[in-house]
Amino acid sequence: MMPKVKLWGLTKSKWWEHLLRFVFGGLVTVGAGLVAQKWGPHVGGLFLAFPSILPASLTLVKRHDGRSQAVHDARGARIGAAAMAVFALTVVALVGRSGGLALAIAGVVWLAASVLGWFLVYGRGPRDAA
Amino acid sequence: MVVEMIVRFALGGALVWLFSLIGEAFETKTFSGLFGAAPSVAIATLGLALGKKGAEYVGTEARMMAFACVALFAYTSACALIAQKKGMPVWLGAALSYAVWLALALGPYAIARKAGLFG
Repeated sequence: MMPKVKLWGLTKSKWWEHLLRFVFGGLVTVGAGLVAQKWGPHVGGLFLAFPSILPASLTLVKRHDGRSQAVHDARGARIGAAAMAVFALTVVALVGRSGGLALAIAGVVWLAASVLGWFLVYGRGPRDAA
Repeated sequence: MVVEMIVRFALGGALVWLFSLIGEAFETKTFSGLFGAAPSVAIATLGLALGKKGAEYVGTEARMMAFACVALFAYTSACALIAQKKGMPVWLGAALSYAVWLALALGPYAIARKAGLFG
């Protein structure tokens, strides 16, 4: 099943749900910075792959679309997580030479790897119900 | 210090919100799920660290992040499994799955550190 863009989906969330995601994201980013400050870049780096927004995100999907859709959302996040490793390795490879540009390139690589991964897993079969 | 925290909070919050918004625009939930594991916190944190600490520091953080992605993959798999259990609230399953992330991210690190791999 091909991914479908439905802009009305953006109207599902209430204002406080948007605020919740913003606050969650902000707090986790501050937390990741504090961890790196206290324990150094090794432990700090681990927390860059901390599942920050996923619990809130899954809870909201369950609330709006039901349990089975929350399961599908978590399955999709698995592919995003695998692509995140590609993001990190791209940063490792490029940051010495390209500086800030490495982050932008790694972001594009993450998106490409995620979409490619999704098509490889779900693009051909009806494994996703919606 | 306070200003840096505020910048960190605003940048991280905005990126996480933006990626979640992109995810919500897709009806196919496995596809929108991709954006639940977007590197939003990493982009904000590494971007700020690059300006302050330099490329070597950012390279070290990114290398460790790549290892922790194994833990993130296991975490999302645990969430997908537990979310199928009808009696279990989804938020509780996601919260319990943090144990998987902590074990797989911090466990190997603690062992490697004890073995002297991090000096």
